[in-house]
Amino acid sequence: MLETFIIPLLQIAVLLNAVLVAVTFMVLMERKVMAWAQARLGPMRVGPHGILQAIVDPIKLILKEDITPVAADKWVFTVAPIMSLVPALVVFSVVPFGPDPLYYVADINVGLLFIVAVTSIGVYGIILGGWSSNSKYPLLASLRASAQLISYEIAVTMTLVSVILTSGTLSLVGIVEAQREAGVWFGFIQPVAFVLVFIGGLAETNRVPFDLPEAETELTGGFHTEYSGMRFALFFLAEYANIIVISAIVAIMFLGGWMRPFPNVEALAFLDLIPPWIWLIGKIFLFLYVFIWIRATLPRYRYDQLMRLGWKVLIPIAIGNLVITGIVKVLV
Amino acid sequence: MLEAAVFYTLAVLILGLGILVISARSAVHSVLFLVVNFLLVAILYVTLSAQFVAVIQVLVYAGGIVVLYLFVVMLVSLKRAPEQHADTRRLGVTGAVLAGAVLLEVIGIVVSGAARSDAPAGARGAGVPEAISDPMLNTEQIGWVLYTEYLIPFEVASMLLLVAMIGAIVLAKKNL
Amino acid sequence: MTIEAPRRVGQAFDTDELVLNMGPQHPSTHGVLRVVLRLDGERVVDADCVIGYIHRGVEKLCENRDWTQIILLTDRMDYVAAATSNLGYVETVEKLMQVEVPRRARYIRTILAELQRIASHCLWLGTHAMDIGAMTVLLYAFREREHVLDLFEEYCGARLTYNSMRIGGLPLDIPTGWDKKVSAFCDLMEPKLDEYEELLTNNRIWVGRTRDIGVISGEEATALGLCGPPLRGSGVSRDVRKDEPNAAYEEFDFDIPLGTRGDTYDRYLIRLEEFKQSIRIIRQALEGMPEGPVMGKVPRLIKPPAGETYHAIESPKGELGYFIVSDGRSTNPYRFRVRPPSFCNLQGLRRLVRGHLVADVVALIGTIDIVLGEVDR
Repeated sequence: MLETFIIPLLQIAVLLNAVLVAVTFMVLMERKVMAWAQARLGPMRVGPHGILQAIVDPIKLILKEDITPVAADKWVFTVAPIMSLVPALVVFSVVPFGPDPLYYVADINVGLLFIVAVTSIGVYGIILGGWSSNSKYPLLASLRASAQLISYEIAVTMTLVSVILTSGTLSLVGIVEAQREAGVWFGFIQPVAFVLVFIGGLAETNRVPFDLPEAETELTGGFHTEYSGMRFALFFLAEYANIIVISAIVAIMFLGGWMRPFPNVEALAFLDLIPPWIWLIGKIFLFLYVFIWIRATLPRYRYDQLMRLGWKVLIPIAIGNLVITGIVKVLV
Repeated sequence: MLEAAVFYTLAVLILGLGILVISARSAVHSVLFLVVNFLLVAILYVTLSAQFVAVIQVLVYAGGIVVLYLFVVMLVSLKRAPEQHADTRRLGVTGAVLAGAVLLEVIGIVVSGAARSDAPAGARGAGVPEAISDPMLNTEQIGWVLYTEYLIPFEVASMLLLVAMIGAIVLAKKNL
Repeated sequence: MTIEAPRRVGQAFDTDELVLNMGPQHPSTHGVLRVVLRLDGERVVDADCVIGYIHRGVEKLCENRDWTQIILLTDRMDYVAAATSNLGYVETVEKLMQVEVPRRARYIRTILAELQRIASHCLWLGTHAMDIGAMTVLLYAFREREHVLDLFEEYCGARLTYNSMRIGGLPLDIPTGWDKKVSAFCDLMEPKLDEYEELLTNNRIWVGRTRDIGVISGEEATALGLCGPPLRGSGVSRDVRKDEPNAAYEEFDFDIPLGTRGDTYDRYLIRLEEFKQSIRIIRQALEGMPEGPVMGKVPRLIKPPAGETYHAIESPKGELGYFIVSDGRSTNPYRFRVRPPSFCNLQGLRRLVRGHLVADVVALIGTIDIVLGEVDR
């Protein structure tokens, strides 16, 4: 009873809360980092240096009026944000924050595929959100978003296969263990895959420079233009939760997950004093920072350029990388 | 006992959603029910310890194919009222005959399958290791079977898909 | 204005054109411009600009105000470049009255106009980059624009609508130490330009978004009546400051940057170069600033002789012309007409966007650099 129900339930509760809090603070971090990059201060009013802004923002969104457009398909309009958020949260169940079963909800033998499959469900929220608004800009945006998501999913999944070939397992715990055995992070063995997955992750989470689906200056906000209040907040949460998921996956697959740097160098053993989950969270935040940094720096691709990049550049490189990995695997 | 309860609950839900898929007035709602239906089928696979199949079910059907359905349904104008069929009775009769035929086929398969299940497990496929029941290894098992025993069907199927893909591109593009 | 009904396109499939309203409440139509786009997928088949959302009848108002009060109304046309609007108007009246403007006043006017060009181009650069998604450039450009506004504030007390010139000269001389501050601003601005260039000029995404977008040949641009950077981007050398020098421009050395391809990227490069040329002009003006009065001999009651005149200056957006008729009896103009560069350039938008994607429309609205206050008047 304790083993099968209570501990997992507690884990899920802790994880969900941690993710939601992380999201609100990521928003604050984004605003602050962007502000520093842009020679301004960012939020400063609520709490010291605006730290409490992270709490005020969600409260504001909850208190806002929730508007359903008259012409909208009410049923789908309500379901869409939920379909967007739930997969984003479910994915965290297989993310291991440490070697001990206490640090993850589940370690399934198809962990990586599970993540890919569940995130592919998230696209429904975007398509249906845009469609059910019964408005032109959200429809255009949702078409763009889903086409983008599907295209880049192919490139990312193909790339993940080459990592699976290297690790020999689909389990995320197994992948980290494989890196421990190899004595080196896969980021060094598979640098091409590392970069590809990161770029694909930017595109799948609709971040700059691939943020066309929510290009404010083109489509006035994208598929969630008609949403307000808490329903908008759900989309918002889903988007940032996805960013954290992508960061976590990249950290686990290429930067050794919960392991310290250079796991095979004995001289650095003192770094093990830092608990594993802090290592992983630190790595996740590193990627979040890079996400924000890129947002502050780059302009936006155009739709056709983005598709060309996905299909004519990333997918061929991913296939090439896969073939080379396979050949090396057979030869070595 | 628990297993049976889960199975029957899922089965009822799946059938109910199946009915909703064909009875929903809005095509988009139908597609939505279909997604949920596929997700429940995936759970059914999980209860059978076929995790890999479950994940592929979600990835390919729910996450891939139905998205394309949705695209088509969304983009084709649905403002028109459903066409009125001149002869609803004839359609009803045809439907009943077809449904009866499928039912007969299913019963036939079940009966003949039950008769054959007496055969030893080893006869089902040569070269397949015995550990199919171990859930932690079933990805490996599938890979193994796919690339040894069913290699030629696998390759033929992939060729077929490639041809279909190229065909679709040729049809859709006006000038290549 | 009529908007054609959606046409059916393509034979094999039954597809409709989509009519999309961009604006007037749209974040990148720079105010209240409404563009009705007819789309085939994401490709723009045709675009109609609907204007007039902030039409205030400035021209008619001017015909009912006395000659000095009009200066204040010209502020409200191109409100991001009020000083050049002032300059165009006062010079037109001076031409009509044949008033001699003191040399020092002309020098200060030139400095003000060029500072205004920098401020206006900062706003253009920021919003143009923002439309294409580069958010940081906006804040960098506004940081520098702020310095210009501070200089204006110190000179005339206002930060947006300056009312900074008078017929016959200037209302006041420059404050003590102001020239030093302007000079310091020039030194500050130059390295900042490299900062913008670092973020954009060689950025592959930026080049991809602007290269070969909205290409227009020199002949076509002339035929459409484009002016300012959009015209020079197509390689036509036309700059009122050089061709018909006003203020003190004939006394300074500066180059007119010209484009070769006539695309959005060329227009971007031209405006960046204009920043540098403006700084060059300001430095020369500060160096050779003559002593003397800033107000010429003008009667108390301004009443130009009967007649009509057209006078144009190079505003940051292009050729800003004023056509004024005076009947010689009343204290207000008989007819007042503006040739606003934004309006003339907006005319080219329909031609520019045709065949491009929706995403390019915002880039193209940005590249022609319009201010709706001036378009609608």
